[in-house]
Amino acid sequence: MSTSISDAYVSFQEVQKSYDGENLVVKDLNLGVERGEFMTMLGPSGSGKTTCLMMLAGFETATSGEIMLDGTGINNVPPWKRDIGIVFQNYALFPHMTVRENLAYPLEVRKVPKNEITDRVEKALGMVQLSGFAGRRPGQLSGGQQQRVAVARALVFEPKLVLMDEPLGALDKQLREQMQYEIKHIHENLGVTVVYVTHDQSEALTMSNRVCVFDDGVVQQVAPPDVLYEQPQNAFVAQFIGENNTFLGTVRESQADRCVVELGTGEVLKALTVNVDGVGSQTTLSLRPERVTINPEAGSCDNQVQGDVKELIYLGDHIRARLELCGNDQFIVKVPNAANHSHLREGESVSVGWLSEDCRALDAPN
Amino acid sequence: MAKAAQPIMIDGVPLKERLAQAERRKKYIAFGMVLPLLIFVIVTFAIPIASMLFRSVDNPRMTELAPNLVQALNEWDGAELPSEEVFEVAFIDLTAAKEAGTLGRIATHLNYSLSGGRSLILKTKRKFKKIKSPPYREAMIKADKRWGDINTWGVLKKVSDRYTTRYFLNAVDRDFDNDGNIVEKPEEKQIYVTLFLRTLWISLLVTLLTLLIGYPIAYLISTQPPRIGNLLIIMVLLPFWTSLLVRTTSWIVLLQTQGVLNDIMVWLGIISEQGRLQMIFNLQGTLIAMTQILLPFMVLPMYSVMKTIPLYELRASQSLGANPFITFWRIFWPRSIPGIGAGGLLVFVLSVGYYITPALVGGSKGQMISNQIAFHMKSSLNWGLAAAMGSILLIAVLILYWLYDKVVGIDKMKLG
Ligand SMILES: Nc1ncnc2c1ncn2[C@@H]1O[C@H](COP(=O)(O)OP(=O)(O)OP(=O)(O)O)[C@@H](O)[C@H]1O
Ligand SMILES: [Mg+2]
Repeated sequence: MSTSISDAYVSFQEVQKSYDGENLVVKDLNLGVERGEFMTMLGPSGSGKTTCLMMLAGFETATSGEIMLDGTGINNVPPWKRDIGIVFQNYALFPHMTVRENLAYPLEVRKVPKNEITDRVEKALGMVQLSGFAGRRPGQLSGGQQQRVAVARALVFEPKLVLMDEPLGALDKQLREQMQYEIKHIHENLGVTVVYVTHDQSEALTMSNRVCVFDDGVVQQVAPPDVLYEQPQNAFVAQFIGENNTFLGTVRESQADRCVVELGTGEVLKALTVNVDGVGSQTTLSLRPERVTINPEAGSCDNQVQGDVKELIYLGDHIRARLELCGNDQFIVKVPNAANHSHLREGESVSVGWLSEDCRALDAPN
Repeated sequence: MAKAAQPIMIDGVPLKERLAQAERRKKYIAFGMVLPLLIFVIVTFAIPIASMLFRSVDNPRMTELAPNLVQALNEWDGAELPSEEVFEVAFIDLTAAKEAGTLGRIATHLNYSLSGGRSLILKTKRKFKKIKSPPYREAMIKADKRWGDINTWGVLKKVSDRYTTRYFLNAVDRDFDNDGNIVEKPEEKQIYVTLFLRTLWISLLVTLLTLLIGYPIAYLISTQPPRIGNLLIIMVLLPFWTSLLVRTTSWIVLLQTQGVLNDIMVWLGIISEQGRLQMIFNLQGTLIAMTQILLPFMVLPMYSVMKTIPLYELRASQSLGANPFITFWRIFWPRSIPGIGAGGLLVFVLSVGYYITPALVGGSKGQMISNQIAFHMKSSLNWGLAAAMGSILLIAVLILYWLYDKVVGIDKMKLG
């Protein structure tokens, strides 16, 4: 794995970062981003995402380790020589310049000829559908328009890499979704490499080629969105991405890729072995709510237990049911609102089943 | 469609009226709260300024001392020598003034504008006894033939005007000649224009110096983390805790020929004992002391503006390929201009009226117009002239505000 990282277009190699000399904000980061890839760093607040981005941009220095871009180490390259475009969360447009001047700025400091600047600025404005706004100041634009100007400005000088730090954080939900698609399309059309930071998991899943889940300065998993959702490698990722039912238990038996886990309440469940230390060790079982079947046909599921319906929430296309089973009273089941779906009533006891391959045995919380 | 009925409150009062009542109450309360301040501002600011402006053109002396004569002269058209009636009134008023003992003041007053005016009055006074009956015209001309000169009457009419531009003319080294034309004063009496120009020059220099010294300080403070930044701001404010007089006199201790700085330089052998430098009691002294004293007024507005320039904008500029120098020049500098404007205007306006420091350390070459104003207020008691000079300063400052508004825009000025 380490060889592939050092071959990557952008790579962090054994990077550590501490601000105060006491706590490591980033602990041993190894990450490679391929050329043309849309890589998202996803993690809870304070997990060190911005810190990583700022190290890449050159505004923070890595305490140790190597950061490479396009085959060269950039640890000692100052920010203005790195050729990296950045979209900041609050856009960071220059309020005393018009939109046109904002876009021309990176070209002017690169001494691009005048007429070429005009052309490229026009093109960039066209790309974000703001051709008519060139003469305005940022203060005269809406949040979404400012956002687009910021994106255009970060792209207009054809940087080697574009960094975006929660660029959509200040927009309302609808605009945010629209901008997600626009940025995604711009990325596809230009083929530029993007490192994107967010703590919104749906945004990460929608936009990225690969997602890097971060927690507490450590990479938890790097994978394409579908793999991340369907095959989380540890309890944190399973919990952080999407909805998730968990059971704590002890591994009793293990053969091939399956294991048998005994829960604290005595029930025994079969699960897919993903990330456990072996027989006798603690484990977290993770199960997606949509993989649970209510009243399964006999023999169709290798895990089957009884549960009490505690709460039903009608959500239109599906019904969210909260059940208590195996000592977990937060067990969620999504019952599709299909023609022949099972009618549940609060307080009733139902049979619930799932396949062992959908129930992943992951690491235990420490 | 029928007109909707006025909404009526439960107690029968129309809604509109009730609303107006409620609003009015609020307005009264708000007005009541600012009233003390309003009165304070009127009493301590508006009235004194209005009074100063008035005093600079006010000329009540003749009206007080010879009211009838003033009246008669007002009616006189000035085309030819006044009629017998005017002479009679003049005689009566002057006699009355003599009785009241105020004739001397009339003589002095006339003398401001008519050279020999004093002797004319006093000579006439001595001959009053001979003039007993009409016709007064011949008698007065006989007493002093200048009474037969239409010019004398012209000047007398002029000095009897209720309002005068004389103070303003004097304040710019000009006066009326005997024909009523505006002329420059003799060379050796021209002092005020030079002083006005020097005042503007000193103010400009002080503004530039404080800007030059203050800008890096403000920049440094605004880029520090808050804890250090606050400490530095306190250090900038520290001089305010010391009396202005103490600060000014400590400059004397430092800079005088037998002072600390000269001593050190002699001791180091940079200058000889005879070659001690005159660094104070001249223009230089005024500049040094005023720059130091006014520096905080430059630093604070600039700091408060620079503080609002976000770090991420500077980072954005660098990420776009601009090195720190270009980033400063194209992003930081333009964004800090409102602070420069505010600080510059503040320092300039304060300098224009600066008084204590130039008085103490300015010597004769470092005096400013305010020192002359003080002199005329306290020593020569020519309040009219002092008021005129003050008014000119006020107008100069207003013009400056106007220019600033045209060039930079007053709404761009930020003091915090
Ligand atoms: N300049 C700094 N000095 C000291 N500590 C810092 C500094 N910047 C960040 N930190 C600390 O480093 C840790 C990671 O911060 P970082 O900004 O990278 O988090 P993040 O993942 O971007 O979080 P968020 O999603 O809230 O933006 C936090 O604990 C933060 O307190
Ligand atoms: Mg962040």
